[in-house]
Amino acid sequence: MLIPCPWCGPRDEAEFHYGGQAHVAYPADPAALSDAEWARYLFFRDNPKGPFAERWSHAAGCRRWFNVVRDTATNEIHAVYRAGGQRPVSP
Amino acid sequence: MTGERPSPPARFEPVSDGDLRIAEVPFRTQVNLRLDPGGPAAGDIGRALGVPLPAEPGTYGSADVDVLWLGPDEWLVVGEPGRERELETRLRDAAGTGHVAVTDVSAQRTTLLVAGPKARDLLAHGCALDLHPRVFGPGRCAQTMLARAQVLLVARDGDEFMVLVRPSFAGYLVAWLLDAAAEYVSGQPG
Ligand SMILES: [Zn+2]
Repeated sequence: MLIPCPWCGPRDEAEFHYGGQAHVAYPADPAALSDAEWARYLFFRDNPKGPFAERWSHAAGCRRWFNVVRDTATNEIHAVYRAGGQRPVSP
Repeated sequence: MTGERPSPPARFEPVSDGDLRIAEVPFRTQVNLRLDPGGPAAGDIGRALGVPLPAEPGTYGSADVDVLWLGPDEWLVVGEPGRERELETRLRDAAGTGHVAVTDVSAQRTTLLVAGPKARDLLAHGCALDLHPRVFGPGRCAQTMLARAQVLLVARDGDEFMVLVRPSFAGYLVAWLLDAAAEYVSGQPG
């Protein structure tokens, strides 16, 4: 699989490190969370069959983190955008 | 400090054939530079280096040093051996009070020279990048994997490549290069 780094262009997947689901916001007031809510923030992630916004790091290249919308069933990459960016609206 | 140099990390008999040269170029000065390319220090540092910080990913500029793009806010300044202090001072002076990180990383990597008409073919044995001169010609550099070792690959004029590799991987990478080179070097079993 080739992953298009937003800085370096398409590179072999072996150069990348996977970072799990993207856009999981840190709780605004962590101290206010119950143990169950904290566990949900830490451990619960979506597991779709289809497009999934996830974080990748170009570990063997420019070492930047960025976001990828990848189809978990086909590995087709629908979008690549920089860390902190908004997930593009899918067609 | 005893003033003695350590041995070169790779330590091997250089290859010199009509089509292929492989040699170690050890102890080159390497200074890592991190700053905001849009900030005020970027221009001053470019002037101090004699070449603007390259903004295009995977490229480098040259003056009396090479300035290699490593990331959108990160560069590697590479010069002749023994220039660590001078370059670090030059960069710090140019940075002034700006928000700039200057780090001597000369010991982080050694350099292997791979040159000659067969250099591209040899590197392509273990590198997934398109090394065709149209794509990866002089002036281009890339951090990538060569034979599963992390390297910084630099394309220079005349079919010449610099392969910067961590010292702990250098022995392995040289063994791999010499093995892959067997078919290109005359007088060696193929
Ligand atoms: Zn990259």
